[in-house]
Amino acid sequence: MPSRLYNAATEGLWRNNPALVQLLGICPLLAVTTTLVNGLALGLATTFVIVATNGLVALSRRWIARAVRILVFVLIIASFVTIVDQLMNAFLHDLHETLGLFIPLIVTNCAILAQAETVASKQAIGVAMISGLGVGMGFTAVLVMLGALREIVGYGTLFNGIEQLFGISASGLTIDLPGTGLLVAALPPGAFFGLAALVALKNIVDARRHDRSSVMEAAHDKAQ
Amino acid sequence: MVASEPRGWPAAIFATAVAAVAATLLSLSFEMNRARIAENRQARLAARLDDVLGDLEYDNDIATAHRQVVAPELLGSGDPADIYVAKRDGTVAAVVLSAVAPNGYNGPIELLVGIDNSGHITGVRVTYHRETPGLGDAIEADRSDWIQGFDAASLVQPSADQWRVTKDGGQFDTITGATVTPRAVTEAVRKALVFFRDNQVSLLDPEPNGTTLDAQ
Repeated sequence: MPSRLYNAATEGLWRNNPALVQLLGICPLLAVTTTLVNGLALGLATTFVIVATNGLVALSRRWIARAVRILVFVLIIASFVTIVDQLMNAFLHDLHETLGLFIPLIVTNCAILAQAETVASKQAIGVAMISGLGVGMGFTAVLVMLGALREIVGYGTLFNGIEQLFGISASGLTIDLPGTGLLVAALPPGAFFGLAALVALKNIVDARRHDRSSVMEAAHDKAQ
Repeated sequence: MVASEPRGWPAAIFATAVAAVAATLLSLSFEMNRARIAENRQARLAARLDDVLGDLEYDNDIATAHRQVVAPELLGSGDPADIYVAKRDGTVAAVVLSAVAPNGYNGPIELLVGIDNSGHITGVRVTYHRETPGLGDAIEADRSDWIQGFDAASLVQPSADQWRVTKDGGQFDTITGATVTPRAVTEAVRKALVFFRDNQVSLLDPEPNGTTLDAQ
């Protein structure tokens, strides 16, 4: 059981990371990652929606009529997204203004629908929610890294706008780096280059790991 | 696996029921947050207007003191444009006009232009634009102090032929890499001042009749 939960959690974090492997949810990923804070905020909102959707779908999976399941999943996702949108508008108003249209667009993130269809509709609520958390955090991690990368290269700052997320007391955390930044990183092409770099990095890490484990296996075989 | 297999009408009724539940929950959430969201919008607007008015002093609730006017020629939009009125001791100290520069590089640029009762700019802020990040977005007060170049300007100073960007022989700075954007904003600010001049009497009336202003 622990290994099943572990698998459910790490699947989305690394092996099947929605952004780096499945390349799902690319539209918001590319659009909002101009700064680290924007990426983090959209990532957390998306994570909340995935976990909540997975929980509700897993809980009611025995009653959901199969013929209309996709419709019901989308309805559930859209409802959670709307609630997140309203809560952010009410309690994190400045951030809501910055992210604008991209909060409602979480609905169109196929990673969420894919989770509901392939995991939540077949698993118990615990596994489904952990799996959703893994996918959400995996997505958030990529948003944060891409946001940090583009913010540093594009604007020469880091943590800009952090007070929108954590209150005015956090505004001192913004770091101004020397230099004015390279414009292209802040523009849409920079998002594609940045994402490509992260995908390549993951592939390199995976290839190294694979090599090392096959070397160890070979050594193991020899010893026997 | 999803266990139940109803098709046709039962499935449709099930989906409708889910939709009804979702709609009910969402309207509840909407009701719960509505007051707070409206409050946020109002506070944000008040902060923006205060920003546009610079250090001008006023004693009314400016975000609620508002009139509308349709002036497509001078304020750049066929839709009713909002006018906010800052009062001090019962007289109008300044007005904030919402103006649109229709000819931005990537579409219209929306502005708030503060003008005091003697026809001088108290401040200008961009409220919406889609100009190129890193180039045209220098019109945002957060990105550069370019927009402050309009402070204290009027139709008299600088003179009419100086109401242009330096590239066109005027006195307002150009933005490196973006020519169209500052040109559009400068023209929109100048037109807002012309609107103020043409409608001065009505704009400075502390107790106008109704909330719509008929443009001259």
